[in-house]
Amino acid sequence: MGINIDKIRADFPILQRKVNDVPLIYLDNAATSQTPKQVIDTIANYYAKYNANIHRGVHTLSQEATELYEGARKNIQTYFNAKESHEIIFTSGTTHGINLVASGYASLLNKGEELIVSEIEHHSNIVPWQMLCEQTGAELKVIPMNINGELEMSAFDRLLNAKTRLVVVNHVSNALGTINPIKEIIKKAHAVNAKVLIDGAQAAPHIKADFQEIDVDFYTVSAHKMYGPTGVGFLYGKEELLNSLPPYQGGGEMIHEVTFEKTTYAELPHKFEAGTPNISGGIAFGATIDFIKGIGIDNIANHEKTLLEYATKSLLNIEGLHIYGNVANKTAVISFNIEGIHPYDLGNILDKLGIAVRTGHHCAQPIMSYYNIPGTVRASFAVYNTLSEIDTLVKGIQKAITLLK
Amino acid sequence: MQTLKEIQESIIEEFAIFSDWTEKYEYIIDLGKSLPLIEPQHKTDENIVKGCQSNVWLHADFQDGKMIYKADGDAIITKGIIALLLRVYSNQSPKEIVNSDLSFIDSIGLKEHLSPTRANGLVAIVKRIRIEAIARTK
Ligand SMILES: Cc1ncc(COP(=O)(O)O)c(C=O)c1O
Repeated sequence: MGINIDKIRADFPILQRKVNDVPLIYLDNAATSQTPKQVIDTIANYYAKYNANIHRGVHTLSQEATELYEGARKNIQTYFNAKESHEIIFTSGTTHGINLVASGYASLLNKGEELIVSEIEHHSNIVPWQMLCEQTGAELKVIPMNINGELEMSAFDRLLNAKTRLVVVNHVSNALGTINPIKEIIKKAHAVNAKVLIDGAQAAPHIKADFQEIDVDFYTVSAHKMYGPTGVGFLYGKEELLNSLPPYQGGGEMIHEVTFEKTTYAELPHKFEAGTPNISGGIAFGATIDFIKGIGIDNIANHEKTLLEYATKSLLNIEGLHIYGNVANKTAVISFNIEGIHPYDLGNILDKLGIAVRTGHHCAQPIMSYYNIPGTVRASFAVYNTLSEIDTLVKGIQKAITLLK
Repeated sequence: MQTLKEIQESIIEEFAIFSDWTEKYEYIIDLGKSLPLIEPQHKTDENIVKGCQSNVWLHADFQDGKMIYKADGDAIITKGIIALLLRVYSNQSPKEIVNSDLSFIDSIGLKEHLSPTRANGLVAIVKRIRIEAIARTK
C-alpha cells in the first residue's frame, strides 16, 4: 500500500516555508517533527470554542473541555492498548514522565539495590536515574553498546540479578536510530522481578507499541516528536504500579481531601496531574493520534524505510562519509560525519542551503564518547520527506565539502 | 595603529564586496584555516569554553597597556569568526574594549553566529574578552 506524499505534504503548512530564500528541507524530525493542520486547527478550535478549566466547573464550557481532554486520553489508551484510560498520565513530555517515575522510586528503593540503564540513552533517561541513585544509595549499572550501535544483550543478561529493581531503556535511540529488543528486555527483567520503563520518545512516530503485547510496566512519549504539539506527552504505567508510587507534585486537581491534619490524594490519573494541565495540547494529542491512524503507522514506517535505504546508499557514495549506527533494525535516522569536517561546520552550510539537520552530541554524550567524536550530523526523516529532498541533501553536502576542504 | 572602531569599519568595508553568502563563507573559512591562533600550551582546560556544538579556547594577556588575546576553535567557521574578533579586540586598551559594541558582526551579516541558540561558544568568548578587559581597568 502506497501513500500519497503530495497530499500528506499539503497538510503541513510549514513545508511551504523558505529558509535563506530556498525551500525548507526539514530533516530534524527526531528533535521535533512538524505539525499537520489537523492538529494546528484542533488547538485553534479549542481556544475559539471550548477554552475553560477542566474537571472543575458545572458550566457548559468546562464540561465540554473536560470531555474533549478525557476523550483524547481514551484515544491514546486505545491506540497503545492500555487496559485502563487512567493508566495514561498526561505529562509535559518524556522527560517529565521519566522524572515522575524516578522521583516516585525514591521512596521504594533501598541502598544496595540496582537499576540498569543502557549506554545509548538520551540524557533524559540517564540523569534522573543518577539523581535517584545518589539519593537512595542504589547502584546504576550500564548495558554497553557495540560498534554497530546495538546493546550487548549478553552483558545485559549478566547485569540482571535478584537486586535489580528497575531497567530503563529507550525503545529507539535518538542518536543512532537503533530499535532495541524491548520485548526480550522486558521478559528477562520480569524473570528477576524487576520492572521496566521504556523511553518511547523516538519510537512512537514510527512504531506502534502494544502495551499488553510487550507487557511493559512504564512507557513514556512526547507528542512533539510524533506530529503533535510541544509541551505535552504521556506516561503509561500499569495501574498497580502507579498506585504504588507517591504523588510527584502537590497542588490542585491531585487531591481527594485537604485538611491541615492530613490530605488524601485523588485517584489515578489525577493523583499525578497536579495543577491546570496543557489542555489544548492534550486535546491536540488526540488529534495527532487520529492523524497517524489516518495514514497508518505501517504505511509511515514503510515510506520511511524507503527513505532510509535510499539515503544510506546515497550518503555512502560520498567520500570520507562514515555512518554511526549500522543495525538492520533501525528507524529513519542517519548519524554521520565526514572525515576532516567538523559537524558544526557542515550543519551551518546545510542551513544556508535551507536544509535543517541536527549537529552535536544529541544529548547522548556516552555514545559520542564511545566513538570518540565531538558529535555527529544527524538527518532524521518523517512521513513527509521525499527522495528528491535526499538528492538535495547529498548535493548540499558535496557543496559543503568543496567549501570546507 | 588602527583604533578598535577603525578596524570594525574596515572589516565592514571588506565584507561589502561579497555578493552572496558563499563568498562570505569562503572568506571566513579561509580565515579559519589560517595558522593556529593560540599556542598549544594555552589550549588548557582552564581556557576552554565548551559549547554544545563546538569548543573554543581563549587566553588573555596584558602587555604595555594593551590586551593580547589568543583563541582557537575546533570548527572552522567558528574559528574564522574568532579570527575576526581577535583582529578587532587584540592589541587594544582595556578601556576601549569595555566601551566597544559588537554591531559590526550584525553589519557583516553574521549575527546568527553570535546567537546563544547556536551554542558554539562564541557568546561566551565575547563575554570573556570583556571580563578580562574589565579586570584590567580596575
Ligand atoms: C530518546 C529520547 N528520550 C527523551 C527525550 C526527551 O524528550 P522531551 O524533551 O520531549 O521531554 C528525547 C528528545 O530528544 C529523546 O530523543
